[in-house]
Amino acid sequence: MTAMIEISNAEKTFTMHLQGGVQLPVVRGVSFQVEPGECVVLSGPSGAGKSSILRMIFGNYRCDGGRIGIRHQGMQIDLAKAEPRQILSVRRATIGYVSQFLRAVPRVATIDVVAEPLIANGMARSEARERSGQLLRRLNIPGPLWALPPSTFSGGEQQRVNIAHGFISDRPILLLDEPTASLDAANRAVVVDLIDEKKRGGVAIVAIVHDDEIRHLIADRVVDVTSFAAAA
Amino acid sequence: MAENERALDNDQPVLIADGLSKSYGRLTACRDVSFALYPGEVLAIVGESGSGKTTLLQLLSAQLAPSAGHVSYRMRDGVLRDLAALGEAELRFLFRTDWGYVHQDPALGLRMAVSAGANVGERLMAVGWNHYGRIRNTASSWLERVEIDVGRIDDAPRAYSGGMRQRLQIARNLVTEPRLVFMDEPTGGLDVSVQARLLDLMRNLVNELGLAAIVVTHDLAVARLLSHRVMVMKDGRVIETGLTDQVLDDPCEPYTQLLVSSILPA
Repeated sequence: MTAMIEISNAEKTFTMHLQGGVQLPVVRGVSFQVEPGECVVLSGPSGAGKSSILRMIFGNYRCDGGRIGIRHQGMQIDLAKAEPRQILSVRRATIGYVSQFLRAVPRVATIDVVAEPLIANGMARSEARERSGQLLRRLNIPGPLWALPPSTFSGGEQQRVNIAHGFISDRPILLLDEPTASLDAANRAVVVDLIDEKKRGGVAIVAIVHDDEIRHLIADRVVDVTSFAAAA
Repeated sequence: MAENERALDNDQPVLIADGLSKSYGRLTACRDVSFALYPGEVLAIVGESGSGKTTLLQLLSAQLAPSAGHVSYRMRDGVLRDLAALGEAELRFLFRTDWGYVHQDPALGLRMAVSAGANVGERLMAVGWNHYGRIRNTASSWLERVEIDVGRIDDAPRAYSGGMRQRLQIARNLVTEPRLVFMDEPTGGLDVSVQARLLDLMRNLVNELGLAAIVVTHDLAVARLLSHRVMVMKDGRVIETGLTDQVLDDPCEPYTQLLVSSILPA
């Protein structure tokens, strides 16, 4: 009963109304749990539904059935049936999500993009920026770039800003969608260290990583998504 | 997202729409709309021209009387009141202080021939401020907050650009610290770079002040940037509603899928 994430029989089908109502089954019977301090890596070929499962856990995709149990502030909440306000509360306090691509707000400086989750949880702006700077430095984003909006950065830099944004707060659940995909070896090692620290801090992690070496370094357990294939 | 998101924990809705409909003869502009809006929550109403968005906004802000249904608003004393039962004086109080209304066309929300300072100060005088120096100081600080050069305080908005006029309109609305702001296509008709600046500004102000807001827009990017929740309207009905990123990333209804897939990539 201590699991942070407890998914049972979750399923997702897209109905493409613009293509004559074609049904596109994505996943069915998704069931697994994640304990605090555990990193579960989702495996399977492209298109198997890995990212869709992450988005369902984040409340970004709706579930057509089943249950997404999330331990939030001492209680279990079913995100598959939660109200928008509850999902926002879960995202603020409990679930962090590092997507593949950064969706930055125009005009906002990198250091503020990264500090935002801390400020949202009540930290003073100056302290939040201080912490943001430390994390950006660790991820090798040069100081002169901090005042610029990340939209002008290279792909790898944007991804590191995205990682900093996702890792800065102490949320007990972290979802990672290919966090190391466009990073060089040095920065990959930084991310592996950051993941390790989170695990030691009791954070439950669900990750998608294609790189076998990284998977080997971070995974406590691998869940094969092909077993949830809905197409058959 | 500071105060804004904390305010989401507040459990008493500030505004409740219950079965709202509006017909003009045989034409129904808005049918059976119900929802609750909470303090700090930003709700976007999206849909194309003629879908009933603006009618709904006018019903919610007591500018139109509904053919059926009710709008209730929680007054500053915490009591929930039916807008239709409010007296003239109470409604005037709401319009002058507790609510803001940002029009798409700033000329409708501003007095174009009087100075920017007077445009902002007028709302303060309407709630009893009478010290000229204080009014002028507050007006200047609001011009600064909306990124208008204080040196332009004595110019009339006639002499302002479109983006500046819109920012001035926002300052005029927010100076009385309203609890609820209605916005009708607030970025419509502006250049994209001006739009981005305005959106960023509105997003920050809404967050800092913990306002509840209802934003009518046909621009899904505006909805994504500003709102927590979206209602999609078509032919006067709400056809889909939910968390903003959920509706935009995983649209279920045929019409919502069409809207989302019609966005031109930059």
